[in-house]
Formats: sequence, structure tokens, C-alpha cells
Amino acid sequence: MATLKNLDDLRKLREQVKGELQERFGGEIKIIVGMGTCGIAAGAREVMTEILQELRTRNIDALITQTGCIGMCEREPLVDIERPGEKRVTYGRVTPKDVKRLVAEHVLHGRVVEDLVVARFDEEEE
Amino acid sequence: MELVRAHILVCGGTGCTSSGSKAVQEALHRELKKQGLDKEVKIVETGCHGFCEQGPLVIVYPEGTFYCQVQVEDIPELVEEHLLKGRILQRLLFTEPLTQERVPHYKEIDFYRKQRRLVLRNCGYIDPEKIDEYIARDGYVALAKVLGEMTPEDVIEEIKASGLRGRGGAGFPTGLKWGFAAQAPGEKKYVVCNADEGDPGAFMDRSILEGDPHCVLEGMLIGAYAIGSDEGYIYARAEYPLAIKRLKIALAQARELGLMGDNILGTDFCFDLHIKEGAGAFVCGEETALMASIEGQRGMPRSRPPFPANSGLWGKPTNINNVETWANVANIIRNGAKWYGQFGTEKSKGTKVFALTGKVKNTGLVEVPMGIPMREIIYEIGDGILGDKKFKAVQIGGPSGGCLSEGQLDLAVDYESLGSAGAIMGSGGLVVMDEETCMVDVAKFFLDFTRAESCGKCTPCREGIQRMREMLQDFSEGKGSLEDLDKLERLAQTIKDTALCGLGQTAPNPVLTTLRYFRDEYEAHIRDKRCPAGVCRALLTYYIVPELCRGCTACARVCPTGAITGKVKEPHVIDPEKCIKCGACMEACRFDSIILK
Repeated sequence: MATLKNLDDLRKLREQVKGELQERFGGEIKIIVGMGTCGIAAGAREVMTEILQELRTRNIDALITQTGCIGMCEREPLVDIERPGEKRVTYGRVTPKDVKRLVAEHVLHGRVVEDLVVARFDEEEE
Repeated sequence: MELVRAHILVCGGTGCTSSGSKAVQEALHRELKKQGLDKEVKIVETGCHGFCEQGPLVIVYPEGTFYCQVQVEDIPELVEEHLLKGRILQRLLFTEPLTQERVPHYKEIDFYRKQRRLVLRNCGYIDPEKIDEYIARDGYVALAKVLGEMTPEDVIEEIKASGLRGRGGAGFPTGLKWGFAAQAPGEKKYVVCNADEGDPGAFMDRSILEGDPHCVLEGMLIGAYAIGSDEGYIYARAEYPLAIKRLKIALAQARELGLMGDNILGTDFCFDLHIKEGAGAFVCGEETALMASIEGQRGMPRSRPPFPANSGLWGKPTNINNVETWANVANIIRNGAKWYGQFGTEKSKGTKVFALTGKVKNTGLVEVPMGIPMREIIYEIGDGILGDKKFKAVQIGGPSGGCLSEGQLDLAVDYESLGSAGAIMGSGGLVVMDEETCMVDVAKFFLDFTRAESCGKCTPCREGIQRMREMLQDFSEGKGSLEDLDKLERLAQTIKDTALCGLGQTAPNPVLTTLRYFRDEYEAHIRDKRCPAGVCRALLTYYIVPELCRGCTACARVCPTGAITGKVKEPHVIDPEKCIKCGACMEACRFDSIILK
């Protein structure tokens, strides 16, 4: 690590290292993968791995977490994406090859990938 | 950037380490690898979370799920349920004792909800061995602010305005102290951090050093800039190996980043620190003895004045504060004196960290705003007395502090109120005692401690404590007269008034406060030859309850003095003249028929 020469250096370093703590305590964008028994059986593990891989490659700061079965086992693997201030969208029957599209369209640009949508959450419903 | 989806925070404080957190951490590593999760889930070892009673603690983020008393055997299930299947493992959650509800998030547990964590803001959140994590939590911003925008005078004024007072016990205003050292003539000045925490049951400073060492370093850097010092010492007990290890790591990292050493952050300000390991003498927590010890001399106090601000280490102006005081500094500078002023009372600003121990359900490390009633700490954060027994007393301030009784439970915890009750804030030890504690015995315990730790330099402390201890011994054996109580009180007051240093001046506090609040208990020992709590052995007699005794002869066979007689299958009796109160009969009896009364 280089020596910090001035206040700006410290600021830069802070921005650089903030990422990891944000991951830990909650970043801006939330991605939730359904990982109940049904989800895993339908291939949620592979989807999760692919999402992580994609976020790593694109260097995206997002919070990835998992949840259990929500009852819609038929549509698993389910992936929820929520951008700050926007509605949470649930995608169903997500396969690893859909991940690139979900990340590029929804996570990065906020464009909902309509053909995979299962449900949209309203704030009130939550 | 490496991206991980979950962080598992494993508490690496001394409390959790001794309940097995290291093994838990290793098991987690193994299990994550086995499940192929080691690339996406990261394990972070943190400092103390404070809830040591429930350790080893494991917190899984981003959800913030709080698992307690996690054992190695739990790990496979925990990893499978939480990290693979996304289900919270209910059985390892904390159960709120009142409602019997399981609480998944730790901010919702009563123990944490009533606290206000300023000094401990990073403890348990960050990896104390990584300067990056401290910086990400706005670490060293206060230092940069001070070096870039403030003159040393500004800094001292800000600390004065904040109302921060020394957290080592006496409560001297920190800004004022800095001002004295800044004004003292001389080129060479020192700053010292007193990390010689020696009170039995106290571990506040240790937890800060272990959980967030950089906040202490940053505080010292700011203090050094304010008083014009370029060299400092941290005097830590050698019994705190983990704290010292983390301090050394922190120091090395700060040096590497140019936050310690020459031309810090590109300015003219230069400062570096030494870590001095103390040999564990309690008296070295006294500032003049501490400095003597750093200089390589025998750790004995000297009379003041001159105060360290004028003539301290090697005769140079020295500013000495304790760990928790230093840990407050960066917060105050970063957020401003006004922000700090919102916490606490008019004369006692901010928060105080306490080590809550003894007969209380939730033992651990707690940080509360000054002025909180003692009752709230013990009954709401501490959740009351262990085994739902009756509260009797709380000892605050360790061997230098006092015992407060039920009548003082609604006392506000601040410097003034505690002082007027005969106790002191001290460094923050809180030992809770229940009805089975004998107050004469407690006074004896603390005098045993101070008697052993007295350096012997001044007569009041060396001889006086010994004499007090002898009188207490007599009382605990039912000897002495009621006049002796007045004599003891007079002696205690004399020691308080005449001893050379803080150790001697405060050593009589446990005696004085127990006499003040529990005099009836002393009187019961002397007048009735009775120990109400059933602790003082000399005043107890062993007795066989005839209705319960089956006449099995087990007790008679183990009695070393032949004090027990009786025929087989008939109730036995103990001859109190012959009995030496060894308790062997009680252990041998299978029918619980032998009691103490």
C-alpha cells in the first residue's frame, strides 16, 4: 500500500475500501435468490454462482442474499432484484444463461426483463 | 474486486475466545470449503460484541442474523441452513427471556437496544486487524480534519466544549488537561495511553484495544498534535496478549500508510508510538507510578504537584489519558462538540462503557449514556439477577469504588451522583451481588486485593489497609465490639485523607460504603454472631435435620474429628465443640439432611 500524502489520498482510499463493508451491511442494489430445497433442486446454486461471477466481472456493488421457499416452487429458481427507490421485481425459472441479461438490463440500467417476470412488489404489499 | 455475498462475523474477543470461538471459526472454514462456498462467503474475525454471556457469537451479514452460543457441532447445520438454503437456524437465535421469543437481529435484543454505542461503534463490526475497514468506517478522517483545518488551540477548545472527562476514574476534564500540557514550557512533550486496566472484573479497555485499536491510535495522534508532542507510549498490561498483538498490527499498518511517523499526511506533523508492556502491578495504573515504570524504575507513585502536565515522563510535560478517553476523541472531532453534548447529563457528557459482571443474567460489555439510572443497566440491559434471586448490592469502580445498595438503584450513573453516594465511576467495572453475598466478605475481598497491590511507599496505605483487613477478619469470626465499627470507619477515613496516591486514597471505599449502606450486616456479625448471607464460615454451624437423616453413617465415617455420633438407621448428631466445619459430612450425605445455619 502506498503512503498517504494528503487528505485526498485518504479520501480516495476510503472510497476504495468502503465497498467491502457495504457488501457486509447492505449495498444499494439487492439481489435475493430463493434457495429453499425447491430452489436448490431447480438449480438455484448454479444461478447464484453465475450471479456472483457476473457481478465480480462487472465490478458491481450489490447486496446478494438468499431466502427460503416462498411457496412458488413451480417457478423456481426465483430471483428478486430491487434497485433503490424502485419496485422489487421477482423473476422465475431463471437459468444461469439468463443471468447476464438480468444483470446488464435490470441491475445496471433498471430495465425490467419482462419475459422472466413473475411478480412485482408494491411498497404497500411488503 | 472480489465479491462475496455473505460475511460471517465471528467474535474474537477474549470472552468468546475462551468459550471456544477459535474452534468455531476453524470449523466454519472447513465447512464452507466442503460446501464449495468459500469463494462467496467470507469469515471475519472481529473484536468483542459485548454480549459475552451468550458467546461464542456469530453474526451473518447482510441479514445481520445473530447466533449465540455456537458450538463446533452446530456448524454443518448452520452453513447448510443459512448459507445454502437461506433459512435462519432458529435454535441458535437469542431467546428473549421475558417473552420467550427468538430474536433474529441483534439490534432488537434488549441487551443492545438500551445501549448507545459511540466508543464501541466499530467493535464487533470490523476486522480489527485491517486498517482498511477502520478507514471505510470514516477512520482517520478526524486526524485529517485536525491536520488540515484546525490549529492545536482549536482542537483543545473543541475537546473542552465537548465536556469530555477522563474515563479512567477521576473524571478530570480532558480539554483542560490537554491545555495544561500544551501551555507547559518545553520542546519535548509526551502523550501516554494508560491501558493498565487492573480492576477485578473489568475489561472495557481490553475490549476497545482488541476490537478497534485504530480509534485509540487516532485519538492519541490528535492529542499529540494538540499539545505539540512527537512521541507517545501505550502502557498495556502484559496479561492482555491479544490487545497488544492487535495494537502492534495496527501500529505497523498506520506507519505503512504514513498515518504514523514523519510528516503525517504530508504535513509537518510527526509522531510515533511505543508500546510498553506492564508487569501487571495494579499500582501502575496510577499515573505517576505508570510513568516511573515506563522509565524503567520500580512502579511507585510520587506526590503531586508537579503534575505530569508540567513534569511527567523523564521530567518532560506529559499528557496521560486512559484508553476509553482516547477512544472518544476522534468521534468528537469528526462529529463536533455539539453532537457529543447531546449524550449524557449536564456535567457528565457522552457515554460510558461498563463491564457488567457478577450475579446478573446478561454479563458483558455495555455502553450507555451518562446519567442512566443504575436500575436500567442491571434490570433492562442485564436482565436482572441470576436465578431470580434478590438484588443486594452493586460494586462500581472496582477495589477503588463502592458498594451501592437497593436504595441507590435509581441513582443516575454520572460522576457527581456516584461521588456523592461514596462510590466512583472508576474505569467502569460493575459487579452485581445477590442476597447470598456477605458484605463483610466483599469488603474483605477487595482489601485482600488492595493490600496485595499496595506498593508500600506510604504508611497509611501499607499499614492502614492491613489493619482494616484484620478488623474485618475479626468481624467475620464474630469477634470485636460495636465500637470497633466506629474505629474502622475512622481508620478508613484517615487512610482516605492521608494516603499518597489514588490507590491508597480509594482503597477504603469498599469499607466505607459497606459500612454506610450495610451497617446492619456488620452488626449482625458482631452482636448476633450470625452471617445473614450464610457466607462467613466461622459463624455457621453444621446441623443434621433429624427428620431427613436416615442413619446411613456416611457422615460419621468421613468426619475427620469424630464429631458425628449416632446409631445405624437412627438420626445422627454433630457435636459443635468438636466440629471443625470442614464440610466433608455435607458432601458425603446423600439425603441433603445436613444444613448450615
